[in-house]
Amino acid sequence: MTRLKAGGPAIAKQGILVAFIVFMIVFSLMSDRFLSADNMMSVFRQSAIIGVMALGVTIVVIGGNLDLSVGSMLSFATVLVVDLHDKIGPELAIPVMVLATLCLGAVNGFLIGVLRLNSLIVTLGMLSVIQGLVLIYSGGQNVDIADQRGTWFAIFGRGAVFGIATPIIIFGALALLFHVIMSMTAFGRRVYAVGGNPTASVFSGIPRSQVVFTTYLISALCVAIAAIILGSRVMGSQNTVGQGYELQVLAAVILGGTSLLGGAGSILKTVLGVLMLAFIQNGLILMGQPYYTQWLVTWVVIIVAVWLDVAAKRGRLFSPIA
Amino acid sequence: MSSTQEAALRLQGIVKTFPGVRALDGVDFEVMPGEVHALLGENGAGKSTLMKVLAGMYQPDEGQIIIAGQPVRMTTPIEAKAQGVVLIHQELSLVPEMSAAENIYLGELPVKSFGRVDWKTLEERSNAILKRLKCSFRAEMTVARLSIANQQMVEIARALTVEARVVIFDEPTASLTDAEKVVLFDIINDLKARGVGIIYISHRMDEIFTLSDRITVLRDGAYRGTLITADTTEDDVTRLMIGRSLDLSRDEEPPSFGKTMLEVRNLTCPGLFEDVSFTVRTGEVVGFYGLVGAGRTEIAETLFGLRKAASGEILVDGEAVDIVSPRAAIAMGISLVPENRKEQGLVLQMNCRDNMTLPQIQDLTAGPFVSHGAELAIFDQYRDRLAIKTPSWRQSAGVLSGGNQQKIVIGKWLSMQPRVLIVDEPTRGIDVGSKSEIHQLLRELAAQGYAVIVISSEMPEVLRVSDRIVAMYHGRIMREFEIADVTEDTLVQAISGIKSEKTP
Ligand SMILES: Nc1ncnc2c1ncn2[C@@H]1O[C@H](COP(=O)(O)OP(=O)(O)OP(=O)(O)O)[C@@H](O)[C@H]1O
Ligand SMILES: [Mg+2]
Repeated sequence: MTRLKAGGPAIAKQGILVAFIVFMIVFSLMSDRFLSADNMMSVFRQSAIIGVMALGVTIVVIGGNLDLSVGSMLSFATVLVVDLHDKIGPELAIPVMVLATLCLGAVNGFLIGVLRLNSLIVTLGMLSVIQGLVLIYSGGQNVDIADQRGTWFAIFGRGAVFGIATPIIIFGALALLFHVIMSMTAFGRRVYAVGGNPTASVFSGIPRSQVVFTTYLISALCVAIAAIILGSRVMGSQNTVGQGYELQVLAAVILGGTSLLGGAGSILKTVLGVLMLAFIQNGLILMGQPYYTQWLVTWVVIIVAVWLDVAAKRGRLFSPIA
Repeated sequence: MSSTQEAALRLQGIVKTFPGVRALDGVDFEVMPGEVHALLGENGAGKSTLMKVLAGMYQPDEGQIIIAGQPVRMTTPIEAKAQGVVLIHQELSLVPEMSAAENIYLGELPVKSFGRVDWKTLEERSNAILKRLKCSFRAEMTVARLSIANQQMVEIARALTVEARVVIFDEPTASLTDAEKVVLFDIINDLKARGVGIIYISHRMDEIFTLSDRITVLRDGAYRGTLITADTTEDDVTRLMIGRSLDLSRDEEPPSFGKTMLEVRNLTCPGLFEDVSFTVRTGEVVGFYGLVGAGRTEIAETLFGLRKAASGEILVDGEAVDIVSPRAAIAMGISLVPENRKEQGLVLQMNCRDNMTLPQIQDLTAGPFVSHGAELAIFDQYRDRLAIKTPSWRQSAGVLSGGNQQKIVIGKWLSMQPRVLIVDEPTRGIDVGSKSEIHQLLRELAAQGYAVIVISSEMPEVLRVSDRIVAMYHGRIMREFEIADVTEDTLVQAISGIKSEKTP
């Protein structure tokens, strides 16, 4: 297999950051509310759910795979934690939900890591399977929490610490933690190696199956955390609440410059990708654009960003050579 | 060469820089029609880069390319090909899922009406070319199913589809057998007779002296001089290239062997190797010599836990062991430098240091974190010891020159301080200076008490590094030689399946 070569000067790799700054400037010129502290905070808060999920998916993608099941997994986890909240109380509902979600991640991890099935097919299948599970579990009914004011469960989605909304804190802390894991630990190094060249990894004594399996567990854990934030914020859940999240999450990861070929990418740049996506959508809303324009603009931006990124690496905009 | 004749191709003052590296620093070079011009230089000297400039893959920062008296600008390989300049890459660049025929005519497939591919013409033409190359496989074969040597032939076949003015061979023989080499040399002489200019890059002096008319030497990206092959010696060339003569002697200090570190008894894997038994002692280098496909790599892979033997026993330090995975092998102190650096040895987009420390990353972890200092210490130590040329440890391994990539892989496994070190074709693509250093290093390692297995298809190499030579043919051990008793003739006989004397 010929692979794209990474490398090149450090500055050339900062295409995403440059695009981000340009966007912020353009939007702030077009709307004076855009840069207000209130608006910034609300964008950060809203981006936390997609952000937390994108952290997990980034690790999966660096490991050389995809995870498209995170959307319906989010529906599953949110419905479960909200439904169990009133039945067994939040202190039990949370661990039960986390465990159940991890089991779904383990299924992904087993099929892809151990049986070596194609991740696109497996997680696309799991997307439907899990949505089916949700509907079976709930019988098609939406769920909600009765005592929305009295429960401490509200802290995750609605609370704040030192004036900063909890979701932002959770997202920030996780991003930092994952950044450290990916850049400073043996596990992180192994994920890069397995994603970059699975054969050479095996020749280096790296337990490839185990590494891939773990990336899916991490991804599921992130979904579970996102579900806690979502359930706590809404205090209820529709059966299909997570529908479409998988694409938004993937968009953020790609925007962050993580290579879909595996072996390259960065947690901190995913955070940038998440924020950029959120700010684009927020900016367009402030300008009164409908949601379908947001999607159009979002994907145009992604494609241009990816193009600039590749162009910077090979040193020219149009090139017949990789 | 008569000076009145117009050069087929001339380069003047070529400069090419990459971040942190001045890969070419004002290089002049020319090739006449009907001349074989060899290009020599250490790993990372800039040979491949110069050829990529020629083939339109890189744009030079400065300098001129002149073809048949006209300055030209070539911005793509297609334009270069149109000018009659064809490059046969050092690294294979085929599409593995496609047939040999499709690869040969990739980009210019013969078509019928409505743009449909004309399969019949395609296959006829491809098979004709393969026949000219004396290849035994058919053009319909999928490339992924061909051996590396045959893939190399496909790569060469690709160059023969156009009327070439200049053909560039970048280390074409690195993975060819002797028989295949003979065929390749015939082809080169044939092209030469037809007035094509040939640029030939290789680290093998014998080839360069048989084939070439002139030799140009590069050093650190700079032009060092051009010699006429007939009037020069290997020593002259080497001195120009590395600044000193080579010490090719074996230190005659009597080796001292210790206990048996590795013992293999009746190891069998049907279809690959049969009834293989041998021992390696500490302080000893055992060379495995044979033709490509003799089963040597497969034995190494079995010892490293990558394959399962059907029957037989492996004993490490006197203990029977079951090596179920590379991880298990590493834990037992076995290291394998694999034969294919790009696929098995390196994570190309990862930096040099991380590649080198990959197998021991867990051991370099202090508390939760990998120790940056410990990693750098290892990298620095082996960079110096193996003279690895890279601007910084941060450079991704994929952009290093071929030989320096190989050194990273060797460093990676040496730094594990194994009890048994297996190296499979350790000097493929390595320059003469470093090659002799690596040979020296293997001897030193043995002297320090390592048990070393060297798999090689190069006779001078096994003769130089081994204390004992195991000759293999078709998955069987034909004979074992003490280094004192071996002659080239008996060795050649043994690996061609001619049994003369019984193994003691
Ligand atoms: N795309 C690239 N980006 C950065 N550096 C590069 C790139 N290509 C080559 N180099 C550097 O340029 C130098 C010359 O490399 P080149 O591949 O031309 O060497 P070479 O003479 O062919 O060596 P070898 O005998 O090992 O094949 C090396 O230091 C290499 O690391
Ligand atoms: Mg080269």
